Amino acid sequence: MTISLMPETSGGSLQPQGWLRYLSFSTDHKVIGLQYMVCGFIFYLIGGALAGAIRTELLTPISDFLPRETYNEVLTLHGTVMIFLWIVPVVNGAFGNYLIPFYVGARDMAFPRLNAVAFWLIPPAGILLISSYFFASAAQSGWTAYPPLSTTTPATGQIIWILSVLLLGGSSIFGGINFIATILKLRRPGLKLMQLPMYCWAMLGTSILVVLSTPVLAGTLVLLSFDIIAHTGFFNPAMGGNAVVYQHLFWFYSHPAVYIMVLPAFGLVSEILPVHARKPLFGYTTMVYSILAIVFLGLIVWAHHMFTSGTPPWMRLFFTIATAFIAVPTGIKFFNWLATLWGGKLSLNTAMLFCCGFIVNFVFGGITGVALAQVPFDIHVHDTYFVVGHFHYIVYGGTVFVIFASIYHWYPKVTGRLLNEPLGQLHFWLTFVGFNLCFAPQHWLGLNGMPRRVAEYDPQFTLINQLSSAGALLMALSTLPFLINVVMSAFNGAPAGDNPWNALTPEWLTSSPPPVENWKGEPPLVHEPYGYGVAPGQLSLNASSGRDLWTLGQSVEEP
Amino acid sequence: MRIPASILSLLAGMALVLSGLWIGQNVDLLPAQASANAPVYDELFKVLFSIGAILFLGIIGLIVYSLARFRRRAGETGDGAAIEGNLPLEILWTAIPAVVVLFVGIYSYDIYDRMGGMTPLNDHSMHGMASQDERTWGGISPVSLGGDPAIAPLPVDVTAMQFAFIFHYPETDITSGELHVPVGQPVALQMKALDVIHAFWVPQFRLKQDVIPGQPTLLSFTPTRPGQYPIVCAELCGPYHGGMRSTVIVEEPESFAAWVAKNSPAASATTPSPLQS
Repeated sequence: MTISLMPETSGGSLQPQGWLRYLSFSTDHKVIGLQYMVCGFIFYLIGGALAGAIRTELLTPISDFLPRETYNEVLTLHGTVMIFLWIVPVVNGAFGNYLIPFYVGARDMAFPRLNAVAFWLIPPAGILLISSYFFASAAQSGWTAYPPLSTTTPATGQIIWILSVLLLGGSSIFGGINFIATILKLRRPGLKLMQLPMYCWAMLGTSILVVLSTPVLAGTLVLLSFDIIAHTGFFNPAMGGNAVVYQHLFWFYSHPAVYIMVLPAFGLVSEILPVHARKPLFGYTTMVYSILAIVFLGLIVWAHHMFTSGTPPWMRLFFTIATAFIAVPTGIKFFNWLATLWGGKLSLNTAMLFCCGFIVNFVFGGITGVALAQVPFDIHVHDTYFVVGHFHYIVYGGTVFVIFASIYHWYPKVTGRLLNEPLGQLHFWLTFVGFNLCFAPQHWLGLNGMPRRVAEYDPQFTLINQLSSAGALLMALSTLPFLINVVMSAFNGAPAGDNPWNALTPEWLTSSPPPVENWKGEPPLVHEPYGYGVAPGQLSLNASSGRDLWTLGQSVEEP
Repeated sequence: MRIPASILSLLAGMALVLSGLWIGQNVDLLPAQASANAPVYDELFKVLFSIGAILFLGIIGLIVYSLARFRRRAGETGDGAAIEGNLPLEILWTAIPAVVVLFVGIYSYDIYDRMGGMTPLNDHSMHGMASQDERTWGGISPVSLGGDPAIAPLPVDVTAMQFAFIFHYPETDITSGELHVPVGQPVALQMKALDVIHAFWVPQFRLKQDVIPGQPTLLSFTPTRPGQYPIVCAELCGPYHGGMRSTVIVEEPESFAAWVAKNSPAASATTPSPLQS
């Protein structure tokens, strides 16, 4: 058994080098991670433009901007693109592929070719989905595709939607299998599970959810396509089927999907906060167990999306309590992050601001979530703009804020250059103000009688809708400083060095950008990824100011 | 001599709880109360809003304080304190949310019970015309709302279709596009959908029920406040979903009787119509 190290073979590789490798079937996990990131961001811009169309339509109480069918196509595409082509691929695929091999001390993912296949399913699926608008009509039944609506709206668009979601679900399952194998089997010898950075645990939990629940969605959508094409009656009451069964099967995936979008974000925050707070992650063990608790509870709460669907009372009671209890492990994570900040030396940079914005938004969305879990409360606001507001606080205020925080944090690792800090702060404040202006008023709209997914509404809601649209405009504008920053800094950004944040996690213990196969020599064995700060009483000559020595008596431990 | 930090935290906590309670009691975000279960709902809303306000303000306060107090000042390079955890503290902040969530769950169960939502399925006792295939329950039963059970509920058949609600009064054989109901009398809606899923929602009644094809659904409520309120379809049902709206008109019993007399086919049959003359 020999392990041959032949660096000269890369010179004769058939794989393209340079920037072309980002358009190739590369098996390098870092290339694939960036492919996911850029591809996801392009779809984010498309989904954002669709959101802009929705908010433009809602400037006036009458349906005057888009044809009604087109409006329903737009809202269906917006939901599907944002969930399946932006958030899920980016928090899982992009950061997972880039970071997990570093964190476990591996040179690549467990199945590099499967990894490339998983990515290359996404662009065709996305193009298929969006092109359906142009050569037929896109699906009109919302991203939930409830029958009988989805079986009675134009069939071509709905079938293309199903095909596209099946491809994306397949990609997600391939990715999930790969993450589980990599985290459990490719760890550097000597690295224990409880020494892994928190993002590994988040991705392990997320991947378990992906592997358990995505096949259920796939099966459900296949049955739905039979109902559409072959006129079977699985979900058609007129033929003995049951429309509510679809809802159970759909939400069995789509509630865990929220955790598939949010748990990786929790993991990323756990990586970013300790570095910029210069403190260890507070309560590592409870963080791990709370992730596992969220995974378990996340699988048994789906029917809280169906409190008005005629579910039996006992079922409502069970799902209320199960749902509300997710607040407990989630609360542990938030208190632990607050304790991580407490007493730290916080750099108020853009990554930190986006993380704190995430905490504020997610706590708000979590509180409305616990309220929504209560059946009597939900009966009034179910399927209204209250739910739209709540959901966007979770997935935009939660996950998308973390995606931006992560980009500011890891950009120097990927490019070797720092992002421009004033532009970043402008980006944060525009996003934060625009986001809250857009989605906070929607809670009031829902409480007072505006249902979701409508192109026209009661004229008494005009002003609040216009406020919300103004917020959406700010969010759209906030993308400009970000794009300028990312493009300009790639060429002109200040050189970052290998480890600008003095971080201890393994991805920073190599050059920036990292070489192929991640480390020139042996991968480092990091037992304490959050070993910041030094025990009280210990002094170090590295401390540069008298204030440091005097107030805390602590030192920087240079990695 | 400085005031001890524990005293300051205690005072801050008390101020936080009091302001949360005050906000919960004084913020009015909901539309008018027009059914017997609306005040019950609003009671739950106030409790949830108070708890939410305390939590949210507390966490915002902690974050803003931390960002200001522990920010890295110019020239500082040191690390923070190397605290990796505190098990008793973590047990505390696991136990407190667990207790709060349990309390909220039990309380909302009680509210739901008072709304009549826990009445078993297929309970036909309050609706004489209930059919055998009736499967679901809208969540509200007027009998348990403390109203006079002696008042027989007014049965109304509701048909939801793309893109309208049709109301049929089986006792008087009136068919209407608007729902007229007398104030104070329980109303029992027997709902069915013809094509896709719709949802019957009256925000002022704090009441919503999906109307699912193949699944006749019973929903009942007691209107308490005369007026006109919107009936909104809350489930995406096609291109004109946003326009699928109707009105519920809650009237005094006398004007409701007058409306019935005027629109009943039985009544109009007795008066000579142009065709018969």
